[in-house]
Amino acid sequence: METLKKQPFRPHFSRKLLAIPYGLFLAFFVVIPLLIIIYYAFTDDNGKFTFEYLRLFFNESGGGLKGFLTSYNFKTIMRSLFISLVSTVICLVIAYPVAYIIAKCKLKNKSVLLLMFVVPMWVNFVLRINALKELFIWLGIYNKSNTWNVVNTIIGMVYDFLPFMILPIYTTIIKIDNSYLEAARDLGSTGARAFLKITLPLSKAGIMSGVSMVFLPSMTNYVVSNYLTFRNVKIIGKLIDDYFMGDLWHDGSLIALLLLLFMFLVTWLTGGFQADEQTETRGTSLW
Amino acid sequence: MVKLRSILKWSFIALILLFIYFPIIFLTINSFNESDVIQTGWSGFSLDHYRYFFDFENEPIRVVGQTILLAIVVALLSSIFVTIGAIGIFYSKKHAHNTLSAMNRIPVINAEVVTAISFALFVSFFNIDKSTYIPLLLGQMILCTPFVVLSILPKLRQMDNNLYEAALDLGASPTKALFSVVIPQILPGIIAGFLLSITLSLDDYVITAYTKPDSFMTISTHIYGLDKNNVVGPKIKAAYWAFTAIIFFIIVLVVIIVNISAYQKTRSKKR
Repeated sequence: METLKKQPFRPHFSRKLLAIPYGLFLAFFVVIPLLIIIYYAFTDDNGKFTFEYLRLFFNESGGGLKGFLTSYNFKTIMRSLFISLVSTVICLVIAYPVAYIIAKCKLKNKSVLLLMFVVPMWVNFVLRINALKELFIWLGIYNKSNTWNVVNTIIGMVYDFLPFMILPIYTTIIKIDNSYLEAARDLGSTGARAFLKITLPLSKAGIMSGVSMVFLPSMTNYVVSNYLTFRNVKIIGKLIDDYFMGDLWHDGSLIALLLLLFMFLVTWLTGGFQADEQTETRGTSLW
Repeated sequence: MVKLRSILKWSFIALILLFIYFPIIFLTINSFNESDVIQTGWSGFSLDHYRYFFDFENEPIRVVGQTILLAIVVALLSSIFVTIGAIGIFYSKKHAHNTLSAMNRIPVINAEVVTAISFALFVSFFNIDKSTYIPLLLGQMILCTPFVVLSILPKLRQMDNNLYEAALDLGASPTKALFSVVIPQILPGIIAGFLLSITLSLDDYVITAYTKPDSFMTISTHIYGLDKNNVVGPKIKAAYWAFTAIIFFIIVLVVIIVNISAYQKTRSKKR
């Protein structure tokens, strides 16, 4: 009887209020820092609003468009784009067959085989890159020439990010209902045609997720490029790092801001904003 | 024909596995090499690098210890904090839910170097002292929490919501219902998020480098620093080969155990 009486007075506990601390955490430590980047990109040392750093970025050495196209910044951006495009394509070319073979094989314990591709990630990332570097030294291709440095960087990126491409593709392929393929076969379709018309389109979400997990980090992960090339290959991540290490915060912030905008563009194009948690790579599928 | 295809298939898999494992195996072999310079080649079997690694007088093992400690603290903080947050996000109205999810995605899609410098600017803007370890802990939490959210939310969606209501109807307080009904159901997600946080924290270089106290070192910053300053600490470097080898042995052990247990499971099913 007593509990019944008490009930109306009990303030209704609202579970959504639990989101407040984490919401504040994100607002303070994620959103505000990004606003500070914007602030630094468009103010000078006295805190006055300026487009000076934007102008400097595009017109470093003067000479208009032609000057920009031959500038250090532009070359670095192009080099980063080249390295990350090639790395992404190689990762995809390796990862898709691997994921497909594992998903379609008749072994009972596919996950054990998949695990073998994932467990090297338990070795610390810099240690793994260090192993690769020692191997390059032994093979005599460490810091041999500029071309080798770029090649070694790409090998390093592929070596490091390959699991991020394999996992989401595997997750989408394994989910494809086998009855679609059986239906295609019954209706007289060849294996190759069924693959192109059914498996490939249905695994598109995994490919997109994998591409975004490899493309963006391999443009900016300067630990790989620095470590494997005796600091001779500069990518855009290192460019930002250099500006900050040289206390040129305004220039650095501007490039960080441009990179941020580029990230949003790529994520929007690859549909990353709609991606559900199911295809999230570094997430649960790892375990 | 079928056989040839299968041979091609499995040799492709083997080739990629070789690519993934060869550098680590190469380093493991060299960890038993007496020399600490790779170029000199094999100069005899020795456990010197292991002895050096396990000597607490030397830096590497202390650095490994504090890296693991940091990872555990960060993972604990992140998973407890996010469990509360994720439950909140899950029950929020659509608008708030979308805003929070969008904010949560920012560190996931953002380049780590941008996250790192933006947070480093924040730290210097508000004059927070790096030697208090607060920037380091917060910085690593920014890295980990979004992924913990992404591993807990799907579990909340799979949860049977009636159980919580039933618990309330049977007289449980909301807190009690939360702890004894909701939390157990999403526990696999929390554990996955915790483990993921540990690997993210252990691996991280960029955010750590920008937020750590000057004297503090993690595995990543220590090795990278050795290379950067070109202070050739061959002994220290070789000690890390030994550490790599130890992790490699643990990995091999885990894979074998998982294999055996999976094999036994399928066998007991057959019976």
